[in-house]
Amino acid sequence: MSYNFAYLDEQTKRMIRRAILKAVAIPGYQVPFGSREMPLSYGWGTGGVQVTASVIGPADVLKVIDQGADDTTNAVSIRAFFARTTGVATTTRTEEATLIQTRHRIPETPLRPGQIVVFQVPIPEPLRWLEPREVETRKMHALEEYGVMYVRLYEDITRHGRVAQTYEYPVLVNGRYLMRPSPIPKFDNPKLDRCPALLLFGAGREKRIYAVPPWTAVKSLDFDDHPFEVEHWDRPCGLCGARGVFLDELIVDDKGGRLFICSDTDYCSRRQASGPGPEPRR
Amino acid sequence: MYVAVKGGERAIENAHRLLAAERRGDPAVPELSLAQIDQQLALAVDRVMTEGSLHDRELAALAVKQARGDLIEAIFLLRAYRTTLPRLGTSLPLDTDRMIVERRISAIFKDLPGGQILGPTFDYTHRLLDFELAEARSDAPSAPAMRREAPEAPDSLPRVVELLDREGLIEGESPGDGGGHVGDLTREPLTLPAKRGVRLQNLARGDEGFLLAMGYATQRGYGRNHPFAGEIRLGEVAVELAPEELGFAVEIATITVTECQMVNQFKGSATAPPQFTRGYGLVFGGAERKAMAMALVDRALRCRELGEEPTSPTQDEEFVLSHSDNVEASGFVQHLKLPHYVDFQSELVLVRDLRAGQGTEPSR
Repeated sequence: MSYNFAYLDEQTKRMIRRAILKAVAIPGYQVPFGSREMPLSYGWGTGGVQVTASVIGPADVLKVIDQGADDTTNAVSIRAFFARTTGVATTTRTEEATLIQTRHRIPETPLRPGQIVVFQVPIPEPLRWLEPREVETRKMHALEEYGVMYVRLYEDITRHGRVAQTYEYPVLVNGRYLMRPSPIPKFDNPKLDRCPALLLFGAGREKRIYAVPPWTAVKSLDFDDHPFEVEHWDRPCGLCGARGVFLDELIVDDKGGRLFICSDTDYCSRRQASGPGPEPRR
Repeated sequence: MYVAVKGGERAIENAHRLLAAERRGDPAVPELSLAQIDQQLALAVDRVMTEGSLHDRELAALAVKQARGDLIEAIFLLRAYRTTLPRLGTSLPLDTDRMIVERRISAIFKDLPGGQILGPTFDYTHRLLDFELAEARSDAPSAPAMRREAPEAPDSLPRVVELLDREGLIEGESPGDGGGHVGDLTREPLTLPAKRGVRLQNLARGDEGFLLAMGYATQRGYGRNHPFAGEIRLGEVAVELAPEELGFAVEIATITVTECQMVNQFKGSATAPPQFTRGYGLVFGGAERKAMAMALVDRALRCRELGEEPTSPTQDEEFVLSHSDNVEASGFVQHLKLPHYVDFQSELVLVRDLRAGQGTEPSR
């Protein structure tokens, strides 16, 4: 017995592609879909895997990252899953990939037109921590009732002097739908805005798909007197010397010694090998 | 230098090999056969089939073996297999009146047509460890001969609640709100409010422990619905399919199920007289505890339909249906094991900045 190309049967792929088309047509809107039980655990990227399986073709070149890295265990596992079920070429190089599945990061290397990025999403609903009921949040989206989110950000400012939201920072897509940009750090939010690539978001357990089509305006919520800002580090990457990139922190000894290195392993290792690569898009 | 982020591929491969070896255990101990699991761990197989939504004893036994006895893992394995199967048709509703009954009890009438049949139950066992079981025995225990009086052996055994129905003391069985369409959660996402059929599918697939706790909570006052075990029956029923091109039903299988019909008090409303109401549970095999819990939760979730004020989580459809599935719950709880260094780093940056702003820590 053998499985279909990319594991899912063609009927299922068609159902998912329909959901994707609807998602692209209504940027930022969460489209319910008949998410299937996948041979990997919920929470491990079942939504992303189903989206990838539905759009991947034999000519695609696939890159899979988790936390920005190509060699984290779950990225390795998902890449191996598609290598086995599709036989497509895989790569770690961002610019060579036609399809990039990611968990928690957007690569530092600028994306280009024609690429598709698939995000693994645990909780798709940006209003979920403010209103646990799906019945209510769907109404709030329909009525564009997003005041509670601004109040929540304002409360942060009164308490901490700044917005204390660091990842899954809420964005407004195409001036209409409030969207949770998966749990990427807010550092990556600016990369969503007018991105040349197609961005697809898959939440398997929650059975939702949403999308940001290429060149769509994506605005991180802020206030005139408290503009949106991203994390910054006052030191460069300890391995490649890059600045203006997202750094991971490693604890290197038992005396509290720290090393800060790029979370994007492809970007970092190639800068180390061949000197500075393309500067990150900011 | 920092080995933590390297070598994922080899680590996974080694983990799989280690797992396979651990699963087998000491090779000096004979390996379990699927037949042994099917026959001697039958209730584990029943649970895996029920919550895995697939009636196949052999595959369920394989899943139990592969999962090292972790039943939620086994349910997951069976589900992941099930999702690849084609849908060939929808069976006719099971006719449990025509069940070949192995056990049938009612807690609301002392005696009733068809009688009380205790069947194979733990209910009145004394929970004393049977040390004789510790050694393999050569002589198998023999089952008592089933005594069936001729008039009671017909192919139909009326259900207890129907006796109440004749007096109008219990609500009529609603004909269903699906209009002939059988909803399927494994094909279409859950929408709220859910139809009762979809709700029952969700509960049938739902985690036994979760339903048990929810059902228990209704008994302790969280969404109390005054239940009586109207009838519990266990036995074989025929599964029938009526292919369009044939025009009549053909029996395609017989399966063992446990059905529970709870009878619940209801004081009546503006439009309905005081009468008893129903809660329903149905599971594969002998998963009786699950069937009873399911019936309690089903009844609790019918509160809106019956005009009762929902006051507790057990009556909250979205709360119950969104959290009953153990494959989903297990995945999301356990995904916390996956790396979250990026989000955590963002939080570290923030907390350090906030502390620096308060002067509690020197800036880096």
